[in-house]
Amino acid sequence: MSIILEIIVFLPLIAAIAIGLGAPARFSALGTAAITLLLTLIVAVRFDTNVEGSFQFASSRTLLDMEGFPTLSLAFGIDGISLVLLLLATLVMLAAVLVSPQEREIKGSSKLYYLSLLLIGGGAIGAFTATDLFFLYAFHELALIPTFLMIGIFGHGENRVRTAWTITIYLGIGSLILLVGLIMAVFALGGSTFAIADLIALAKSPETGIATEQQTWIFAFLLVGFGILVSLFPFHSWAAPAYAEAPAPVAMLHAGVLKKFGLYGLIRIAMPLAPEGMAAWLNVILVLLLGNIIYIGLVTVAQKKLDRMLGYSSVMHMGYVFLGLAAMNQLGVSGAVLLMFAHGVSIALLFGLCGWIREKYNTVHFEELGGIASHLPKLGLLFAFAAFASAGLPGFANFAAEVSVFFGAFKDTAESLGWLQWTTIIALWGVVISAVYMLRAFRSLFMGPPMEKMASPDELTMKERLPHFLLLATLIAVGFVPELLNQFIRPAVEGLFLLTAG
Amino acid sequence: MPVYFLEIIVVALGIIMLLVDAFVKLEDKRSIAWLGMMGLVVTFGLLFRVQWPESTESPFWDFYTTGDQMALYFKGIAILTTLGVLIMASDYSRIVVDQTAPPEKGAHPQSGLGEFFALPMFACAGLMLMSSANHLVSIFVALETVTIAFYVMVAYLRRNVGSLEAGVKYLILGALSTGFLVYGFAWLYGMTGSMQLDEITTALSGDNVNVAGSLFAFALILVALAFKVGGAPFHFWIPDVYQGAPTPITAFLSVGSKAAGFIVLLRLVDPFLSSGELVGKVILAVTVIAVITLIVGNLSALPQKNFKRLLAYSSVAHAGFLLMALACTPTTSQAGEFLSPAKVIAFYLGAYLLMTLLAFLVMTAVRVKMAGEELSSYRGLAKRSPFLAFAMIISMASLAGIPLTAGFFGKFFVFQLAVQQQQWFLLTVGLVGAGAGFYYYLKIAASMFLSEEDPKGDHSAIPVSSLSRIAMIVLIVLILIGGVNPSIIMGLLP
Repeated sequence: MSIILEIIVFLPLIAAIAIGLGAPARFSALGTAAITLLLTLIVAVRFDTNVEGSFQFASSRTLLDMEGFPTLSLAFGIDGISLVLLLLATLVMLAAVLVSPQEREIKGSSKLYYLSLLLIGGGAIGAFTATDLFFLYAFHELALIPTFLMIGIFGHGENRVRTAWTITIYLGIGSLILLVGLIMAVFALGGSTFAIADLIALAKSPETGIATEQQTWIFAFLLVGFGILVSLFPFHSWAAPAYAEAPAPVAMLHAGVLKKFGLYGLIRIAMPLAPEGMAAWLNVILVLLLGNIIYIGLVTVAQKKLDRMLGYSSVMHMGYVFLGLAAMNQLGVSGAVLLMFAHGVSIALLFGLCGWIREKYNTVHFEELGGIASHLPKLGLLFAFAAFASAGLPGFANFAAEVSVFFGAFKDTAESLGWLQWTTIIALWGVVISAVYMLRAFRSLFMGPPMEKMASPDELTMKERLPHFLLLATLIAVGFVPELLNQFIRPAVEGLFLLTAG
Repeated sequence: MPVYFLEIIVVALGIIMLLVDAFVKLEDKRSIAWLGMMGLVVTFGLLFRVQWPESTESPFWDFYTTGDQMALYFKGIAILTTLGVLIMASDYSRIVVDQTAPPEKGAHPQSGLGEFFALPMFACAGLMLMSSANHLVSIFVALETVTIAFYVMVAYLRRNVGSLEAGVKYLILGALSTGFLVYGFAWLYGMTGSMQLDEITTALSGDNVNVAGSLFAFALILVALAFKVGGAPFHFWIPDVYQGAPTPITAFLSVGSKAAGFIVLLRLVDPFLSSGELVGKVILAVTVIAVITLIVGNLSALPQKNFKRLLAYSSVAHAGFLLMALACTPTTSQAGEFLSPAKVIAFYLGAYLLMTLLAFLVMTAVRVKMAGEELSSYRGLAKRSPFLAFAMIISMASLAGIPLTAGFFGKFFVFQLAVQQQQWFLLTVGLVGAGAGFYYYLKIAASMFLSEEDPKGDHSAIPVSSLSRIAMIVLIVLILIGGVNPSIIMGLLP
């Protein structure tokens, strides 16, 4: 029994309560975010990379054990996949708190602002570390109402209330569909437990595994449910407006971290419990992910505002992660997990910068901005790095991840090319599309002569640079030494395949 | 202590409160309510010290269940509801005094308040008796005790047209549903030759069942009880009566009356479910009512602008989820493996009690200060009274069924039953309903947090009495704990 994960999970929630009761908002939030990141790093250092396919730092408290209902326990634990996502969540949470405005600059209640931020981050942390299916689901929902309030109260633009409604209802319905899928899966496996490890063990044994036809149904529910949360095409329409209109820290947390929950769920729940269901739906997934990569990619190119463009680009990049999952092999899935991390960090960085630009220039419209780099070279450099990372240039984590996704998807080529390989070939064009929109955005914002009517703010202060440096340094470090994270991911994914193949 | 003492204590308490009101000179008549609250707290404690009789020879036990944990649970719900209602009523007393007749010269300025506190006690005794009733006669007597007390309470604000209208509507429709119930009971007696539920069960599970006659009896009873619990299409009285009744009484109707209706429904449906020939048709009938209730309740709640009407339709919607659980009763051969619908319904009602009382406590505080129950009265509440807004958002999250609140487990158990029984159509309707719920419950959050205050209006904080503040904190904590660890409620069930 190790309680370090429980501390990591509950610290943000306790801090949120403390802020509600009157603790200094920014100070508490900052302290909490820093401590959780520190604790997560300690966990990462002490993590045993030789263990395959089991949860470490596990803790479990049985809450409800009665006839006719699966055993419910408050259980936490991590394997390599969840560790990487936990690192992502705590890192982005710290950056998000750092870029949040000072208390006096917040219009409205600063308590509510920081409290909601901590709840969103805490929900994501809880969801990634819970090893009980029920709490995995429940923690994710913790973010629902805070997101609604954050976008509705502190968001930008006239449509913010409408956008807040859209995202909340859309995600709410998505999670209801997901809930049905999860209940079906649990009861198809006998309905005796919610513990994920036990469920996977039941699923892989031929006697207790789910029948193929049933798996198809269950996977369909899970795919739609998780798919809505990840903004899988055609369930993506909530994402871009929400990210564009949310305050920068919320966009960072939601696009960077919370959205990964859907993918995490597919890897952790859907693929191991219903592998045959996944196989049955594989071709549909391939078509949908091309929708993400190519169709949404083109939509991204057409955007005229930086925030919307970033929103759509984050939807687009989900397609690559799906491609990695669809490969259903070691290389592809590892690449997908690494890409989840890399994308989360890079999109958080971009949204952070976008928020800064919006605050200083009062606009993020491409046509109203230009030549920023001529008087703010440091901002230009930071943005350029971020844009290159997001477009997948070598030297950044995104590149390492995308390469292994593509190789993974192409690896098992038999004599002729299958659906998967053709999809990969088409998906490769997505890289070109991302380069087009990222470079275009960079050119129109930072290059050329400055606009006449544009404001001329001062360069980022040291304090303002800190969160962005933190994220960028992570991207570069992982880009040069992917082994930093791959050492965790590899055994976990191997474990996953041992489990599912068995 | 024998179990029936509980009802006797509550009735005696009510009589004492009336006597105190009549014969003791009180500065502030709210002390009568405090007397009642203390009495109820003691009674609630006594629930855990109940002794079951050693012999059930006496004919009394034909009317009253024995060894029945579920009945105790529902008695607890009745007591807690009444306690909450008294807390609200004492906050609400100013409005009661305003809206009843102006006192004659020399009369106590709060005359008429004493009965307002005493009547809930009698209703509570009726609810408690109802949860133990085991015989058509005792069911009927208990039900009418409650209903008659409610007729008076709903129409209590006699200077208020809305309250009077609500009273008349409730009286007429209540009488109609009573008629259905008695007619159903008569048919049931005619078909089985007994009024004792155990004997009815034996008769219906035998070989010589008159299917048509028994189903007719069942249909009449179902209609009557659907009136009581707010099942569509027999829910038409609910929005008007909820809106017109004094706010504490609305809370009482919404929680107490519904809980009692459901335990009667559970007891009366049980004999039919044990009958091999009737079970299929009975479940079909309940399913149909559940589907209509879910659709009507959830969709009618969407456009509401008055908070009480919104909660009225939401209570119809919750009745739909409860009926959905009942419609997913496992066949007798599966009974051991699955959760029983009775348990799920009891849990759901327990959670519903917590969250609805919380909502009504906040609503009472707002009503007393703002003199309005439209959603617009809640605009900008988050700025004026952050605590009330927080309490309300917890309550709404729980009613909407967002995880980590007690309300979520209620819905979870219901959906689980539907998946197990493979009632896919019912499940789909339930999901659509729950999705609609997200919208109308969040609408309240939106008006508290997202809309600007009325610039001309009063922006001062809304006063909350310390008693209701404590009650709200307790309810919030229970809702959140119940959302993580449902065994705090489940543990009380058999």
